[in-house]
Amino acid sequence: MSHRWKRAGRAMAGLLAAGLLLTACTGPAAEPKTTTPAAAPTPSGPLKVSVITHGTAGDAFWNVVKNGAEQAGKDLGVQVEYTSDGDPGAQAKLIDNAVAQQTGGLVVSMANPEALRPSIEAAVRAGIPVITINSGEDKSAAYGALTHVGQNESIAGQEAGKKFKDLGKHKLLCVIHEAGNVGQAQRCDGAKTGFAGTVQTLQVDISNPTDAESRIRGAVQTDSSIDAVLTLNSQVAARAVSAIKSVNSKAQVATFDLNSDVVAAIKAGDVLFAVDQQQYEQGYLPVQFLKLYRDNANVVGGGKPVLTGPDLVDKSTVDKVGQYVQRGTR
Amino acid sequence: MTTLDERLAKPRLTDRLVVRPEIGALLGAVVVFLFFTFATDKFFSASGAATWLDDAATLGIMAVAVSLLMVGGEFDLSAGVMTASTSLVTAILATQAGWNVWLALLVSLVFALTVGAFNGWLVMKTGLPSFIVTLGTFLALQGLNLGVTRLVTGTVQVSGMRSTDGYASAGFVFASTVDVGGTPFQISIVWWLGAIAVAAWLLLRTRFGNWIFAVGGSAASARSVGVPVVRTKILLFMGTALAGWLVGSINILRFASVQANQGIGLEFQYIIAAVIGGCLLTGGFGSAVGAAIGALIFGMARQGIVFAGWDNDWFMLFLGIMLLAAVLVNNALRRRAERVRR
Repeated sequence: MSHRWKRAGRAMAGLLAAGLLLTACTGPAAEPKTTTPAAAPTPSGPLKVSVITHGTAGDAFWNVVKNGAEQAGKDLGVQVEYTSDGDPGAQAKLIDNAVAQQTGGLVVSMANPEALRPSIEAAVRAGIPVITINSGEDKSAAYGALTHVGQNESIAGQEAGKKFKDLGKHKLLCVIHEAGNVGQAQRCDGAKTGFAGTVQTLQVDISNPTDAESRIRGAVQTDSSIDAVLTLNSQVAARAVSAIKSVNSKAQVATFDLNSDVVAAIKAGDVLFAVDQQQYEQGYLPVQFLKLYRDNANVVGGGKPVLTGPDLVDKSTVDKVGQYVQRGTR
Repeated sequence: MTTLDERLAKPRLTDRLVVRPEIGALLGAVVVFLFFTFATDKFFSASGAATWLDDAATLGIMAVAVSLLMVGGEFDLSAGVMTASTSLVTAILATQAGWNVWLALLVSLVFALTVGAFNGWLVMKTGLPSFIVTLGTFLALQGLNLGVTRLVTGTVQVSGMRSTDGYASAGFVFASTVDVGGTPFQISIVWWLGAIAVAAWLLLRTRFGNWIFAVGGSAASARSVGVPVVRTKILLFMGTALAGWLVGSINILRFASVQANQGIGLEFQYIIAAVIGGCLLTGGFGSAVGAAIGALIFGMARQGIVFAGWDNDWFMLFLGIMLLAAVLVNNALRRRAERVRR
């Protein structure tokens, strides 16, 4: 019995080895053979667009992007499929999947560009037009995407800083809640550029709201000249508001990102303004661009990214925008 | 026939099949495969198969190692995060310290085996359930991943593997693609097949495999008949760590970057795949091939849902229902198997 098994095992191993020798292997670093690019899909019938993001299922921010993409699909008669996975490897597999299905266009958010590079380049080689959104702006063109749709974090920070300056503030505290997040550092650096006064950064931990609040309280207590606080997330904004109230500081808060809490806080006068990157457009516009590209060979942006933000929402516009936040489109 | 001793009678084919632990998973895999083949137009195509096999492969490598451990009566909750830890060790040494990739891979292998041996040693030394011990290791590794990554690089992801020494050769081994009829298949699928072969051979054809069944069935009885229980279990924990290193290496060389929070939550997927494949949570029964089929079901379902164009929001619901169905079928088959044996 065991002899037969051994023999079978040896035969199997031999077969496997032979099979491996026969098949052509391609290393990941090796340049792919230049194949003739697949013929562009004929502009007829419904266009199918796959939107693949790094948002986790049930994330409020990405839900708005999804709504935008799906609305564009309805408006333009495009078949939109939204999938997402926070793990870069799994996201790459979703891109491969869309390529296997010969989708008509790809919309990808690149939080981790390097991990997605082989998959995106394979899509481009297969003749599928790609548009990147939200993050990965600087790698977008290099990977062969048509254009990038998103918010430039430095510009958004600058606008927020400028607005504080126009409001006559002198000392700004910028609250970073994810250490090592490149985008957040860019926002605070941008705020420094736009503000022209003194800017301090403060590090808090988003997953521990109590700690965040006490640190902000400590910061405004020790330095009473701080008259402006910029937070980079709506949850931290709420913590900053209650920290400032608890010590009767004169500082006023502004924040990145919108949600119904921030809308209520702006209405109540607790938050001065919100920097909205209008992510609905990051879902809507790429679908439109891909349709234009297929039907009319149009490209948008002239080699520059298409900016969806910042749009500063304050007391004057909050009533209208607030309704749209409620229905999940802002 | 009636005059023969029943132990010498040839059992019927159905009875012979029904005692196999992987039969439930096999039926499930066939059902899922046929369903998506008929429900979608691209699932059953070369490029479609490359997609779902790719998804199943890294999960399958882990599930196979975890199934051996579960047959041995233990859990490893640190297996998911281990895939990220090994990636990070390799990436930090190669990109930050400028080491050759092969050397970095060797060090991360030593790191993984050390953590695995530590898990096994602590479980055997303290007599605590491995669920608790490896939960501790899982949390510790999670913190280590984030802390060390931020300390060394100042960010939460390590990238830049493509420009390191020896990337081409290591990438060829762990992350290349194999062209079959013009469609590129990931090399991880070959590694997966290798892992299945090695694990099935170990479990069914070696003395060590008998020890695994023995320590999982009853550690006390195994000890009394001279099975080296401590050594067996420590080796099993080292086995899941080794698999974690293999998957971590495949990931870092393929994606060229790694995030500090990767791998969290995957440990339960490995356990689910093993359970779908017929492993008992109580140990002493299960199959490596079954776990691999469980991983295949996972990959087919995950990518099949995308091929079918369903809303991804429902994936977890589908998964939960599938898990319950698989366990119920396995349970029914095992009851029947026990009747057959008697």
